[in-house]
Amino acid sequence: MFFTYLRRELRRRRKAALVVASGLALGIALVIIVSSVSSGMSKAQDKVLESLYGLGTDMTVTKAATAPKSGSTGRPKFEFDAKDSDDDATQSTDRVMVQGFQTLASSTVGKVGKQDGVAGAVGGLSLSVMKVDGQFKRGEFQQEGGTSQGGGRGPGGGSGQPQGEVRGGGASFDVNSYTVYGTDVTQQDLGPLTSSKITSGRTFKTTETNAKVAVVDSAYAKEKTLSTGKTVTIHGTEFTIVGVSTADSGDAAANLYIPLQQAQTLSDSKNKVTTVYVKAADSQKIDSVKSAIQKNISGTTVTTSADLADTVSGSLSTASDLAAGVGKWLSIAVLVAAFLVAGLLTSSAVSRRVREFGTLKALGWKSGRVTRQVIGEALVNGLIGGVLGIGIGLAGAYAVTAVSPTLTAELGSSGGGGGMRGGMMGGGGPGFGRQSASKALDIALTAPVSLSIILIAVALAVAGGLIAGAFGGWRASRLRPADALRRVE
Amino acid sequence: MYTLQGVTKQYRRGKSTVHALAGVDLTIEDGGRLVIQGPTGGGKSTLLQMLGGLDRPTAGSIELDGMDLARLSEAKLTKVRAQNIGFVFQSFNLIPTLTAQENVETALVPLGVKAAERRRRAAEALDSVGLGERLGHVPGEMSGGQQQRVAIARALVKQPKVLLADEPTGNLDESMRDEIMEVLEALWKEHGLTFIMVTHDSSIARRAPRLATIRKGEVTITENAAA
Repeated sequence: MFFTYLRRELRRRRKAALVVASGLALGIALVIIVSSVSSGMSKAQDKVLESLYGLGTDMTVTKAATAPKSGSTGRPKFEFDAKDSDDDATQSTDRVMVQGFQTLASSTVGKVGKQDGVAGAVGGLSLSVMKVDGQFKRGEFQQEGGTSQGGGRGPGGGSGQPQGEVRGGGASFDVNSYTVYGTDVTQQDLGPLTSSKITSGRTFKTTETNAKVAVVDSAYAKEKTLSTGKTVTIHGTEFTIVGVSTADSGDAAANLYIPLQQAQTLSDSKNKVTTVYVKAADSQKIDSVKSAIQKNISGTTVTTSADLADTVSGSLSTASDLAAGVGKWLSIAVLVAAFLVAGLLTSSAVSRRVREFGTLKALGWKSGRVTRQVIGEALVNGLIGGVLGIGIGLAGAYAVTAVSPTLTAELGSSGGGGGMRGGMMGGGGPGFGRQSASKALDIALTAPVSLSIILIAVALAVAGGLIAGAFGGWRASRLRPADALRRVE
Repeated sequence: MYTLQGVTKQYRRGKSTVHALAGVDLTIEDGGRLVIQGPTGGGKSTLLQMLGGLDRPTAGSIELDGMDLARLSEAKLTKVRAQNIGFVFQSFNLIPTLTAQENVETALVPLGVKAAERRRRAAEALDSVGLGERLGHVPGEMSGGQQQRVAIARALVKQPKVLLADEPTGNLDESMRDEIMEVLEALWKEHGLTFIMVTHDSSIARRAPRLATIRKGEVTITENAAA
């Protein structure tokens, strides 16, 4: 009888049921869309952060800043021969510098790895290479009267000497700046290279600890027409390219990746690293691991992804704040309004059915049975609202994903948490040093709908139905059976 | 058997107190038939509500087979209504969305009768009031007389001891009125139940063996030996 009565009543009061269900559907759809967009923004932020230091890294350890030594400018110095002949040959020189940070001893990696709560630690060395090549061209002496003499010597001065001036000559130099990351090939599950996929060739073998092999970023490879099998020369050392990598976010950690030992040799930084990448055993205890490292290993700065997230600004950050603020409160407001409207409409429907419920009570129906009937109807309304809301919410989330609005994440422009400092060269490079210069990443926003969001929507639908049912049920339970007869007087 | 002693019912209407029943003493034997008559607002419907356990008196006792309906707990009173008392209302009070058969079944729901048994008994009850062919019709598809027959079937399907009818012919035309009264009288005789009916209709009142007239809350009993 319960279901027969329920079905008939819902069919009879289709319009009222639809109004209640639509209100709930709107609230539930908003919750789904806002939650999925928030989830998409969270993913976008994770993607931005991954592009900075790779997948799975919970924090990085770098050396704390110290004042530069007096007399040291820290700037690269290039020296070229001033040749005294007619030689116009190309001259080339390059400088390999440790980028961004001061170095830590390689032993620090082991110390960090032994801290409580640390699941893994791997060191890396970020280098910046500036190559300058070109030629000096000597000027030519133009004698008055049209006779030309080479040699670039001055016009002399004595009487009887030919008169004229030096014309032309000068220098033409090309500056090529790129970044190199020395990676620990024995532990490739942590570090910047994890945020890239090998799209051609292979990655490093664990045995290639000191091999002259390199993996090149696809964007840099395209720019310099490099490919697997070709070679690239860094500071006079020739490396064979074994693979081409493509960054997941489109923004690579470095232009070239080489084994750590080779990077240390090139930069004269034996047993040195710039950054230690740390994975925590428990993602909930990152803060305590950070404290332990800072306490036990002096002179280091530990930066977590949360510290880094604070430095993300731009439209991604704005949209994320909007979703977390306005979106959340709007959803709550609409839900509360929908619950109230559903409750009042259900209560009002009970008022219109006083005689009906009074008659049932006169026939011997207990108040509980009548109340259950009212709650059952409200619950079904809530579930219909839930189904509609989930449908609208999924459509909304799908539309957001289909449109994929591009959001810009600006990194590092806000200064930086966790003691991050500017890189020496101001260019890109792996590790947190890359945020030293304000850097923009474009991320396509998606709105993934997880099972948990759907479950929350169902729970809200049930809650909405129960709240509405509670309003109506309370009203029905207070009805006196005498009302059934009084109505006919 | 009903035994009413000193039944008083007062209620507030605005600032004044209405004395709906003023110390009613009354006995109704099992299988008896009583018609209650009186002017509008005289207290006849209030008395019927007291007899049906739908309301409680301000003072006095209403005993039905030894149980004082004035003092029973709400749960027990509900059980008494479910098992012993059948109601027929002036406006039929059928559930508009349920079919005739389902409406009759609602009286068996609180008794815990299984669905198949409910359907069978409801069909039999409807057949006994001449609606065996209209089981699947909803109230909106039936005439007033047919709807009242469904209401009668609903009141009798649980085989109650008492049938209370509040103006059962009040919304019907003359021919329908006679038809419904014939059905009610036939069922009263057939089932041997106590039949108490409120009516304005003097022609119906004249057919009753016992007439209770209520004026200003006081009851006067008139026996009609000719009926």
